[in-house]
Amino acid sequence: MSQTRPQSALANRGDVVLRCTGLHRYLGEGEGRVHVLRGVSFEGERGKVCAIVGPSGCGKSTLLYLMGLLDRPDDGQIELNGQTVSNHDDVARTAARGAHIGFVFQFHFLMLEFTALENVLMPMRKLAKLQPAEMEARAHALLGSVGLGAKTHRLGTQLSGGEQQRVAIARALANEPALILADEPTGNLDVKNSAMVFDLLTQLAKENNQAVVLVTHNPEIAQRCDLTRPMRDGVFV
Amino acid sequence: MSNNLRIGFRFLTAKKRAMLMSLACTILGVGLFVVTQATTSGFKVVFLRTLLGTNGAIRVEDRIQDTMRSMSAPGGSDFQILQKEGVQYIEGVEEPRRVIAAVREFTNVRGASAVLHGNVQLTSSFRSTDAQAYGVQIEDHLQVSDLAQQIAAGNLDNFRRSPSDVIVGRVIADRLQLAINDWFTVTARGESRRYRVAAVFETGVRDIDRARLYVDLSEARSLLKRPSGASFIQVSLFDPNQAPADALRMTEVLSHSVTPWQKREEVWLGVFDALQISSGITVTVFTLIASLAMFNTLAMIVIEKTKDIAILRSMGYERRDITQIFLWQAGIVLGIGSALGALFGAAVTFAVSQLPLSITGIFTTSTFQVAWDPMHYFEAVATAVVMVMVASIIPARRAARLEPGDIVRGTAQ
Repeated sequence: MSQTRPQSALANRGDVVLRCTGLHRYLGEGEGRVHVLRGVSFEGERGKVCAIVGPSGCGKSTLLYLMGLLDRPDDGQIELNGQTVSNHDDVARTAARGAHIGFVFQFHFLMLEFTALENVLMPMRKLAKLQPAEMEARAHALLGSVGLGAKTHRLGTQLSGGEQQRVAIARALANEPALILADEPTGNLDVKNSAMVFDLLTQLAKENNQAVVLVTHNPEIAQRCDLTRPMRDGVFV
Repeated sequence: MSNNLRIGFRFLTAKKRAMLMSLACTILGVGLFVVTQATTSGFKVVFLRTLLGTNGAIRVEDRIQDTMRSMSAPGGSDFQILQKEGVQYIEGVEEPRRVIAAVREFTNVRGASAVLHGNVQLTSSFRSTDAQAYGVQIEDHLQVSDLAQQIAAGNLDNFRRSPSDVIVGRVIADRLQLAINDWFTVTARGESRRYRVAAVFETGVRDIDRARLYVDLSEARSLLKRPSGASFIQVSLFDPNQAPADALRMTEVLSHSVTPWQKREEVWLGVFDALQISSGITVTVFTLIASLAMFNTLAMIVIEKTKDIAILRSMGYERRDITQIFLWQAGIVLGIGSALGALFGAAVTFAVSQLPLSITGIFTTSTFQVAWDPMHYFEAVATAVVMVMVASIIPARRAARLEPGDIVRGTAQ
């Protein structure tokens, strides 16, 4: 299934969750200022898993943070569910992030003072679309679906690396986001756990018709994605 | 429990050392504030209670008379204009009954007593001393003073039984070696009379205890050759703090010089104010140090929690949520710290109040004096609120300003 091809050829307009057009991003200041992204365009589709690959420093993660509205582009446009959000203020971009985007980071990024259940509840409590009992039931169900139904009340520090990353996946899915962004989700895991985490992520996302964009260095993971977009020097190649 | 409060509480309790450091700063800040206020105010309260119980809240003294000058029209006309030139003070109160009746019309007045005083010489079998005889009507004077509570030996019934019975200050009694029912001679205006010690009083104010004796008012008139009038009217008030305002109105109404205790004792009040400012400076310096320590602690928590801030921001938590989370942490420290600090302050205040300390001269006490005033606790907590909020608002706002993209990229400043 792994192949490199122009996205516009397969994108059905109704399936596009995320559209980035002509993104530019500079990092650093003065003489150290680097043109990291040089007019990148990208589309993320429902039910598809897209891998962005490339050497370190080519701009993969920078692009991912722009897609996730964690950062602002210096130029270009980002649409989420058909709405241009790149120029919105911080409050609107934060609200869009909470409602439509789920993140999985490389280093798990669980809040270690909280239990697995509380970590999954965290985005739901902020969005407050469900009643407390419904939130708790959904968090239990999500943790069950990633195989951690018996460890819901363990603190982050009491979970292994693979388990923490599974909790992070459950948390990313908590608000049923249209888009899941994963930055090296298996980069910190052994082979067995890498495969398990990737399978879980793609399976759950496809079941819920969610778009997944992941950045990876792992060629095996990239090969198993629906689409692979290689990057070099700030552009897709 | 609000979500942000829950997160703030968990962040705080996870960093036990930082939390204990912040709590210790707040507890010490509140506690020391309470203790310094209680100890500084304690002596002032005792001093003022002594003076109010001895000399009253207000003293109505010399009558004020306007002095006038006349201006005649030129050219031998009889036309003249009288113009107010200044005021003249006529010593004493000429009509004490009328003045007392007028004073009692003031709603804040609890009692008024006419006092006639004059210099006398006291002579016992052992030695002589100069003193001031205070002629009073005892029932009136008990309403404007704590004389009943200041009786150290003998009793007031002895004083009431005969005009020859007098009440002498403790130092006079000691100096002349007088005991209850002892007779001694009082010389005034070239005439000597024999009086008996009915009681000995002790205010604790040495200047009073060594120079004052109370005589029945009628007897004092005879002794001092003042058949009418009074030296002053001593007035007690229900609310002594209103004395300046009441004194001002009395001056206008009575045309007498009226002095409130705040004016009368301004030298001593100035001394106590200086002490209070001095202790205030000490507490302020400590508070600033505590604030800096707290600022440091909270800033460290923010630095340690940058990753969590990025996680929360990635999940849709706004900047104001982040600010709230860190302000909640400060609020929790403030709440617990204030409560424990108040208890700590009360315990230390109680311990200090048990310390033996013998003072006589401006008042009498055998232990360290403290004041139990709820305002001290309110002021301490208010100071803690300012201290904690100032110390926490900068780290909290800094946390909110962090860009989640910078944090996950590892370039957050």
